[in-house]
Amino acid sequence: MKKVMNAGLGLMMAAAIAAPTQAEDVKIGMITTLSGGGAHLGVDARDGFMLAIEQAGRDDVEVLIQDDAQKPDVAKSLADEFVQREEVDIMTGIIWSNLAMAVVPSVVRQGTFYLSVNAGPSDLAGRLCHENYFNVAWQNNSLHEAMGEYMSTEGFNNAFILAPNYPAGTDALEGFKNRYTGELANEVYTQLGQTDYAAEIAQIRASGADSVFYFLPGGMGIAFMKQYAGSGVDIPVYGPAFSFDEIIIGAIGEAAIGVRNTSQWAYDLDNAANQAFVSSFREKHGRTPTLYASQGYDTARLILDALEVAHPDDKDAFREALRAADFDSVRGDFRFGTNHHPIQDIYVREVVANGDGVTNQLVGVAVEDMQDVYVDQCSM
Amino acid sequence: MTQSHSLTATDPARSARFRLDREGWISLSLLLILVVGASAAYLAGESFFVNLATRMVIIALAGVGLNLALGFGGMVSFGHAAYFGLGGYVAGIGAFHAFDMTPALGIPFLPNGSDQLIPLWLTAIALCGLLAYGIGRLSLGTSGVYFIMITLAFAQMIYYFAISWPTYGGEDGLPIYIRNQLWGLNTNNSLVFFFLCFGLLMLALSFCHRLLGSRFGAALTMARLNPVRLATSGVEPRPIKLVAFVISGMITGLAGALFADLNGFVGTSMLDWHRSGEIMVIVILGGVGRLYGPVAGAMLFVAMEFWLGGLTEYWQFFLGLVLLAVVLFARGGVFGLLAGRSRHE
Amino acid sequence: MTLSLLFEQLLNGLQLGTMLFLMASGLTLVFGVMGLINLAHGSFYMTGAFVTAWVTGTTGNFWVGLLAGMLAAAAVGAVVEFAVIRRLYHRDHLDQVLATFALILIFSEGTRWLYGSSPLWLNVPDSLAGSVMLPFGVEYPLYRLAIIGMGVLIAMGLYLLISRTRLGMRIRAGENDREMIGALGVDISTLYTLVFALGAGLAGLAGATIGALQSVQVGMGEPVLILAFVVIVIGGIGSIKGALVGALLVGVVDTLGRVLLPDLFKLFMEASAASGVGAAIASMLIYILMAIILIFKPNGLFAVKH
Repeated sequence: MKKVMNAGLGLMMAAAIAAPTQAEDVKIGMITTLSGGGAHLGVDARDGFMLAIEQAGRDDVEVLIQDDAQKPDVAKSLADEFVQREEVDIMTGIIWSNLAMAVVPSVVRQGTFYLSVNAGPSDLAGRLCHENYFNVAWQNNSLHEAMGEYMSTEGFNNAFILAPNYPAGTDALEGFKNRYTGELANEVYTQLGQTDYAAEIAQIRASGADSVFYFLPGGMGIAFMKQYAGSGVDIPVYGPAFSFDEIIIGAIGEAAIGVRNTSQWAYDLDNAANQAFVSSFREKHGRTPTLYASQGYDTARLILDALEVAHPDDKDAFREALRAADFDSVRGDFRFGTNHHPIQDIYVREVVANGDGVTNQLVGVAVEDMQDVYVDQCSM
Repeated sequence: MTQSHSLTATDPARSARFRLDREGWISLSLLLILVVGASAAYLAGESFFVNLATRMVIIALAGVGLNLALGFGGMVSFGHAAYFGLGGYVAGIGAFHAFDMTPALGIPFLPNGSDQLIPLWLTAIALCGLLAYGIGRLSLGTSGVYFIMITLAFAQMIYYFAISWPTYGGEDGLPIYIRNQLWGLNTNNSLVFFFLCFGLLMLALSFCHRLLGSRFGAALTMARLNPVRLATSGVEPRPIKLVAFVISGMITGLAGALFADLNGFVGTSMLDWHRSGEIMVIVILGGVGRLYGPVAGAMLFVAMEFWLGGLTEYWQFFLGLVLLAVVLFARGGVFGLLAGRSRHE
Repeated sequence: MTLSLLFEQLLNGLQLGTMLFLMASGLTLVFGVMGLINLAHGSFYMTGAFVTAWVTGTTGNFWVGLLAGMLAAAAVGAVVEFAVIRRLYHRDHLDQVLATFALILIFSEGTRWLYGSSPLWLNVPDSLAGSVMLPFGVEYPLYRLAIIGMGVLIAMGLYLLISRTRLGMRIRAGENDREMIGALGVDISTLYTLVFALGAGLAGLAGATIGALQSVQVGMGEPVLILAFVVIVIGGIGSIKGALVGALLVGVVDTLGRVLLPDLFKLFMEASAASGVGAAIASMLIYILMAIILIFKPNGLFAVKH
């Protein structure tokens, strides 16, 4: 094995396929963000994933979990450790697109399966799509695109759009503009990690816009919304679910009431799998799951479902089982496109008061059977 | 590369050839530990530990670069992450265009990007030299705290530039899918890559050794200790310091290119001001102004990162304590503890 | 861009400048009096914010929290000065940079250990919530206006402290001749501890007030610290007046750059590319400003002669 490992990537794959053991345990390596400002995404994805693994009660499935601290170089060296030292069969867990781009291409080329619980960068859906890579969440642009369409159908015609100046931010605004048909009052990029939005809020006030769309994940979104609420501007606000998950709106508080956001999942979706998931998650962790938890849960369920058919050592059979996606997704209908990215409904939720706190409530469907735009660039 | 001459940096002409003093013995054993450790890990099938040793070697190389400016030239640069990152981006961007078969930087008349290590290294060294020349020209007019701060400011400028330039990933960084190549060597083999890096480290060390032993080295030492006296003897201190600063940036840039290839990834974390602090820490941990100080510092740093990182999530807390103790009570670093005061102190 | 929008953005720049002044005045005092460069100043900013968030959460009163945060930052500053910093006064800048870099690691990871990685939330007090109408038809958040007012008061207080009081006289004497003041029989180590604690307290106050607008999290002090360094380098290290001018300059240039540059580029570029390029240049603007000033005035605008 060792000698072959050194003979280049192509041979490594061959070696992995030829590994003889069959009735072996299944090793899953999870690299996710458990510390730093974005930790709540990783914690929820992990908790959702592990809930499904525990419910399955299989003692032949081992999950190794490591924290990447949201740093690409850390994620990369953890991935090397998982693939080379631990020889895991399946990897998963990465939250951020930049970390996924650092890790996924080399992992899948070495013959390890990778299932994304969150990040869906455009390259992995198009140019660099790979037979061993599956995305169980969404392609990055999807929720923004859906919001663009939703706001157009709602009749907004002069939107002010805002995102941090980094690739996921520019993708977000490009995605939004893809399906948005109205005029733009302004298009503003902020500094990544910016915490003071006084200047942008003043621009919004002066712009005469009829609506605001923003993508500001994590702490940036909380700071923006708190300051926006204190500024006296009352133009309605829209965004993807990343700006308004349960944890974020909990921190913003009442200021978030009335905000509408797009998501591929909502905790009050009416299907049996979802009701079972939400109630058992609440019971175990004492909080309402976020979309990240639902994605972790779905990913684990997809893996467990495919394991019923084949062991990951049998690459082709296991891959076919994943592609079939024969499990009951908590988000309702779910199937893979040819680039192994989901085709699914995108819903609209609204933030409403709930006792002393706030919560997201399902209001409708923004786009049915949505597929990403990069599928044509994928050669699979 | 021979080990026959004395390894001390401060005054090579005086120390007898073919005889190692205490500092020389320590240096030689550090190098041996690296080579033997990496080879043994390779034979045991633990390529992870080979990569750990490679990491030590590369970070040591970055430290050797900074040490030339900081330890020997007395220029406290708080912005060496700029060169480290630029070197990394050269490797990343070259590989990016080679993978895409597009001309470098998208400019039609430039050759396609390259996945060959030698041209990438040379480009990294040349560009880092240019950058260091520009920054050095502007910064060397200042001194003391102002020099520290202006080098930091230039590095921050480049950091923000890299974050907001979308072509090469910006904040997302740029992955290198296939490690860059060197002739017929299989650079994907962890031990081959280790020895490549190790060879370059030895080359840089021997270059610095010769440089410091030359008349230039004597002038640089004088520029640090007594610039007025140097000026009265008819040599302008500023150009001497500038040359040392440029070479320093080049060596750190080469280390950056290697680091990007080791990780298969280059990102803005290589340009972060914490990175500048880390390179500085490595130099201090080993011992300022000792030629082999950064080697000791890098080995200690990476080992602590691995060992403490395995023990506790909060390993940087303990790194801080160790660093504080070194600065307050053991100013000479590892070499100061093991080999006594260096001669020029 | 209308006049009222420009006026509002100027106020925003002023408010950022005020915050930077609180940070920079402590840094520059410590450098002026003790000759020490202190990277760990951002840690006091963070300490002030965390203690304020924690005490406000416990007592339910923002003002109690604010006072506690400021005092805690000053106390932590005094302890750090006593335990570590006073060993560094006679060292070179390199040792000072490294020791205080080590303090950053200890403070940041220590705080993470105590409070966890998730941000804490602190809200603007009810009495300062909402916005007020200003001349020129500008509607401006009351809390930000209060910050500007507080900054003006503190700048005046510092001026009086340094020009009129006994402590101020000693500070000025210390800036001019460090050996002399010791020879005159002033208890120099107490003076140093006081000055350091004063700087730390101001940083803590800045962190606490800003924490209510944004979020309170580990590492929040670092971006501000680097900006504050830019401020004191522009103004001339050791000069309070320089810190004030530098802070306002950086605050206004940074804010207006972020707003005006994208619009400027839209004149000759496609809109979304212009926003991207404009935002990119805006984020480098203050560093460019600093480099230009240092090329022409290597010791800053208000260089202190030693």
